[in-house]
Amino acid sequence: MAAKVKIRAKVSDGVANVKSLMPHPMETGTRRDPDGNVIPAHYIETVTCFKNDQEVISADWGASVSTNPYFAFRVKAQAGDVIRIDWVDNLGETSSGETVLK
Amino acid sequence: MAFSRRRWIGSALALGAASAAVLTPLRVLAKSRPAFTAESTDSALNSLFGDRVIEESDQIVLKIPDIAENGAVVPVTVSTDIAGVEKIAIVVDENPNPLSASFSIKPDAFADISTRVKMGKSSRVRALVQTPEKIYVTSKDVKVTIGGCGG
Amino acid sequence: MRYLLMFVTLLGMGFAAADPEADREGLRDFYAKRFPSTPLGDHKDGVYAIDADAREQWLEMEDFPPYEIALDEGREAYQTPFASGASYSDCFGDGAVKHRYPHFDEASGQVVTLEIAVNECRTANGESALDYSSTELINVVAFMAYESRDQLVAVAAPQSAEARAAYQQGKRFYSSRRGQLNFACSSCHVQLAGNRLRAEKLSASLGHVTHWPVYRLKWQEVGGLHKRFQECNSQVGAEPFALQSAEYRNLEYFLSYLSNGLELNGPATRK
Repeated sequence: MAAKVKIRAKVSDGVANVKSLMPHPMETGTRRDPDGNVIPAHYIETVTCFKNDQEVISADWGASVSTNPYFAFRVKAQAGDVIRIDWVDNLGETSSGETVLK
Repeated sequence: MAFSRRRWIGSALALGAASAAVLTPLRVLAKSRPAFTAESTDSALNSLFGDRVIEESDQIVLKIPDIAENGAVVPVTVSTDIAGVEKIAIVVDENPNPLSASFSIKPDAFADISTRVKMGKSSRVRALVQTPEKIYVTSKDVKVTIGGCGG
Repeated sequence: MRYLLMFVTLLGMGFAAADPEADREGLRDFYAKRFPSTPLGDHKDGVYAIDADAREQWLEMEDFPPYEIALDEGREAYQTPFASGASYSDCFGDGAVKHRYPHFDEASGQVVTLEIAVNECRTANGESALDYSSTELINVVAFMAYESRDQLVAVAAPQSAEARAAYQQGKRFYSSRRGQLNFACSSCHVQLAGNRLRAEKLSASLGHVTHWPVYRLKWQEVGGLHKRFQECNSQVGAEPFALQSAEYRNLEYFLSYLSNGLELNGPATRK
């Protein structure tokens, strides 16, 4: 499994501010390595975010999202809720990250 | 017939081997992937929204720099108080594939997302917001420059 | 103008007058005049202390900086024992030691940077030295930089004749023109500091060393100060020196002494 999704979240007044960083090369498939070979496309295609197993936000990405993607969103939540973020990339690799809101 | 993508992903992960062979069919099922291969803003918008009318709106807040420090990492935030937002999309006109990202906003989530996108060169960037009734758009011109030191 | 002349004169002085404190004070006076509304300590943020638009984008990145990934990996590497059972903490304690680097090592007669010290720790404990461009080395240095945050740069003043010579060599390098464009470091970072070069503002050399290593957006990864020296030299059309070469170590020695008293704030994100 690829590197975990890093999540930082703060909840106040019933709203959670969730920030995440996902280690991933996000290769477009148009770059070449120093030997001139094309570096194959390798990028996150889908991101799904859950609050206590309820899907709250999902994203479809192209290769033009920056390397090591940052993704922040806001969701109604309270302390104790579990925020989980999953991703799947174009090669079928996956990873995930989770945090308990305080 | 609608597969539950989550159910597929759930069982694939449970098998412990998320092989490309199992997941490849998902790319065909996912509705917005053709939009990501579109090579013009018009065809990307057409893929996403069909022939629905898209209306300019000043109620979408698109936060993005006027001059990007580095085209590879341009921070962008799209937020709006418009009610009933189902989807937010970010389109970079001058990129080879203008559709950069789209977000599905489910109940409990706010129409407020931030990410960082790649811009190949100076371009108009559009933020689109879809509600059941309408599709709204706002845009900004962002300059991408060569650094002063030569790169 | 008076301060500029004073400092340029100091820079031009020969080996006879090696007075690092005078250099440091001259530089600080100069930048205080050139950037009157910027507290000297703020130059640790480089161009982001003097360019509001760039600063705003940088602050957005600071929301969740891309170097955090290297930091996590560095922390893990730092805490993983060597095959012998010893670990980096036997050499460096909790890692909060960056403020004392580089220093002049009398025994070997050369400037020792943190990267060199990390490799010395490795070889002393049965591990192979890492390539200066290796990810693992830069990650460990990034971790130590993070642990050293808020410490003040405290490079020991050169005492011996050799140490003073190394300092002087760094100073000479800094003020020598080179390359197709015939620029010296001081051309942009002293004489033209604060002016625009295409879409960018030229930063002061004060504070240049505090925030390394850096996740340079251009590199899409974390790199060290010497890598930036290489780029800078290439950009003026000069042949770059090797990472951790004597030239760059002496330059780092000179620049670090000049930034004594400034807060360490590495690792950092830069464009």
